[in-house]
Amino acid sequence: MIKIELLSIVGSFAENKDKAKELRTKIINPALKKGDFVELDFTGVNSATQSFIHALISQLIRQYGIDVLDKINFKNCNNTVQKIIEIVTDYMQFRE
Amino acid sequence: MVIAMVAALGKNINPEKIKIESFEARSKHYFERIGLFKFLGKDSGMSITAHDPSGRFIPLTKIKNSTQQTKFLTEMIPLLHLVDNPKQTEPIQYIVGELVRNVIEHSQAKDGAILCAQYYKKSNTIRIGIVDGGIGIRKTITKSHLAADDFEALRLALMPGITGTTRKEGGTADNAGAGLFFIKSIAHVNRDFFLIYSGTAMFKLLKRSPSEEISLQSKPINDRHSKQKALPYWNGTVVGIDIALDETQEFSVLLDLIRDIYFTSIRERRKEKYRKPKFT
Repeated sequence: MIKIELLSIVGSFAENKDKAKELRTKIINPALKKGDFVELDFTGVNSATQSFIHALISQLIRQYGIDVLDKINFKNCNNTVQKIIEIVTDYMQFRE
Repeated sequence: MVIAMVAALGKNINPEKIKIESFEARSKHYFERIGLFKFLGKDSGMSITAHDPSGRFIPLTKIKNSTQQTKFLTEMIPLLHLVDNPKQTEPIQYIVGELVRNVIEHSQAKDGAILCAQYYKKSNTIRIGIVDGGIGIRKTITKSHLAADDFEALRLALMPGITGTTRKEGGTADNAGAGLFFIKSIAHVNRDFFLIYSGTAMFKLLKRSPSEEISLQSKPINDRHSKQKALPYWNGTVVGIDIALDETQEFSVLLDLIRDIYFTSIRERRKEKYRKPKFT
């Protein structure tokens, strides 16, 4: 399993989409391609924007299908971060 | 917001061609402190004692890239003395973060985002203005959608799931088309004032009274609003938002409301697209 501690990369307010994209393309996606599980540890991340979470995971859902969520563990998300992740995963399942 | 607009307009003019008439109003010191003259490359000729701005305002600031944005968002909250109040800081960081991000990604503005903010003690409100001199909403949105005029472009941009980067529901890898809808919704739930102006059009979300029930709308035309379609052309986009700190709702509660209306909206759009076969 690949473990990623987000706080040291994105700070306590996760809004930088460039960093989200970099994490997705350079670490998360290559790990998933190899069949690894990924743990995204949000400890210390107080809030995130929908844009950040979208840039982090939407393409993975598009690429691998919604079952990819079985391979990603969102660890220690506070209420706000959890709800934003749920909004993004929900609308990705509603897409055309 | 108006100060940010003046700064954005003046930024492209040779300072030698800008003439500042002497004025006696007490507000002249305010313009000096918020950094307007400095921003325009002019010497105001004023000599004032600069007090620490923290807790009162954020001077005119230019943000051109992600690094500057992250730095600004970190420094902004202590400046407004809101460090220990996440209920109030979350929506402010969220709104400023998403609006500045929009400018950096979509506006093609040479100077990036120009913003400033002011805290008003009496009403316990923060007023924020974020302005750019880029291509504007209509040019961005019509890359993927039809918009006959600037107001139609604003209407589309404020709807959930509509982005200039694709026609597809769910957006692209990097854009979902939800940013402005989230911001309008945050303003609505918190009974805040929100205004967006681009090209010749303006949409203004009117403040709700405390007795009015919260009812989020996916279509901005269903919000209590005022609009203008023939304003002087603004090259780029202007956003003004007043955040009444006493009215601020828990951010997680607000997200529940946004989630509900987001999916109602997607379902409605699907229904509109649904066609039955004709049998004769």
